[in-house]
Amino acid sequence: MREKNLSLDKLPIGEKCVVKRILSDGRLRRRMMDLGIVYGTEIEAIQSSPSGDPVAYGIRGAVIAIRSEDAKKIIIRM
Amino acid sequence: MGLTNQSTGSAGVPKDIVIESKNDKEKVIAIAGNPNVGKSTVFNSLTGLKQHTGNWPGKTVENAQGEYEHRGVKFRLVDIPGTYSLMANSVEEEVARDFICFGNADAVIVVMDATCIERNLNLVLQILEVTRNVVVCVNLMDEAKRKGIQVDIDELSLQLGVPVVGTSARSGEGLNELMDEVYNISCHGKLTFYVKTDYGEEIESAIKNIQEHISPIIGDKIDTRFLSLRLLDIDEKLRESLSSYIGEDILKNEDALNKIKEELDNIEKSGINKEEIRDVIVLKIVQKAEKIYKQVVKVNNKEYNSRDRKIDKILTSKKTGIPIMILLLMGIFWLTITGANYPSELIASGLFWLQDRLTDMFNYFNAPSWLHGILVLGMYRTLAWVVSVMLPPMAIFFPLFTLLEDVGYLPRVAFNMDKMFKKAHAHGKQALTM
Repeated sequence: MREKNLSLDKLPIGEKCVVKRILSDGRLRRRMMDLGIVYGTEIEAIQSSPSGDPVAYGIRGAVIAIRSEDAKKIIIRM
Repeated sequence: MGLTNQSTGSAGVPKDIVIESKNDKEKVIAIAGNPNVGKSTVFNSLTGLKQHTGNWPGKTVENAQGEYEHRGVKFRLVDIPGTYSLMANSVEEEVARDFICFGNADAVIVVMDATCIERNLNLVLQILEVTRNVVVCVNLMDEAKRKGIQVDIDELSLQLGVPVVGTSARSGEGLNELMDEVYNISCHGKLTFYVKTDYGEEIESAIKNIQEHISPIIGDKIDTRFLSLRLLDIDEKLRESLSSYIGEDILKNEDALNKIKEELDNIEKSGINKEEIRDVIVLKIVQKAEKIYKQVVKVNNKEYNSRDRKIDKILTSKKTGIPIMILLLMGIFWLTITGANYPSELIASGLFWLQDRLTDMFNYFNAPSWLHGILVLGMYRTLAWVVSVMLPPMAIFFPLFTLLEDVGYLPRVAFNMDKMFKKAHAHGKQALTM
């Protein structure tokens, strides 16, 4: 299987991925981890907002909207 | 010793609030939980009208307290701000953390959303790391059932080692049992059996060594295991809260400080740097939550979620999202404005009829015309106008708005509007204030 490393904002709607790394630090990093986004977490891009940003992601049974500037800092594997 | 934080009554230490209201017979119960899990419904159903609100000392965060009686014991319920974590990412979380760590509550109720157990477990586990006196309330059981989500309450209780009660606070279901468990823990010292998270060899040995060192200083004011862990990863705010609670700054104690440094060095030698300690702590909790979730929750009906998603798609898609939002909000305004006309007229005619009778009365007593002018034409007439114009729109608008909130439309509005508001350096949530 071919593996691609992308940032979360590139994940097409309807697709699933697994988190590899969080690049942000400080509060944002903690916030992401508190929402259950850690190494190995499965994330699904569910729905984009009318303007395309933010996007709603399915994370551990919850739907969470993340702005693209923050999603850029989450590295994923599809 | 000069004036310490303690003797001057430092701001920001939540225990102040409790002490002022606490007497020996009253039990103080904190009620915590993620945002939007029905925490306030539980709070309201338990306390009814016996509540008062204010702010946490020195913080612009609302503090609500209420009272209830169960089996002849008075309980004071303190509503902790809704948070996802105790790691203090925001003022709300700071308040929540300080109260749970230092507030000396007799028990903590943690409210969970039965439809979102895994994410909610994060906070539950974090609180269990701090205190053993916890009752978990799995709320929205009715909604979970509707969505085909099965939560094994007994298994969850077994996994966590604390009492767990399933409730549907809106219909009042399970609340009596919840009060029983709170009573058992706070009045009878019922034992709980939570097994603390294992953070791995390196961190565990550091915790143990620091714990031995600080126990004589701290005594039993606070869980020393939790404190030792946090001392490895301490921030300025926690240090402030801690020193005002304990009465001295533990980081000024050179012995303790050296010990912490030594342990940090040891951990670093084993390949975990200082930044990564925090990650390990969070990761272990998240993994534990995942493990418990898998043993406790079964999802039977996957269809329901897909129906929810379809509705969401319509409400937030590019083509239909914004038009529906505008129509819906306009509809509400239209209902408010035209709908309010009829009751407004009714109230106005009633109140002005009363004004005429008042005038008759003043005439009957031969009251001077200036008195009639001030009281009837001035005060009464203004009041009548304000009531008849303002009351009906408010009585229509706020229930409608609450309805939108209850069906969960407001977060979708925030989602739709976020980009626009971001340009104004705000965020989508603020659309709701407008």
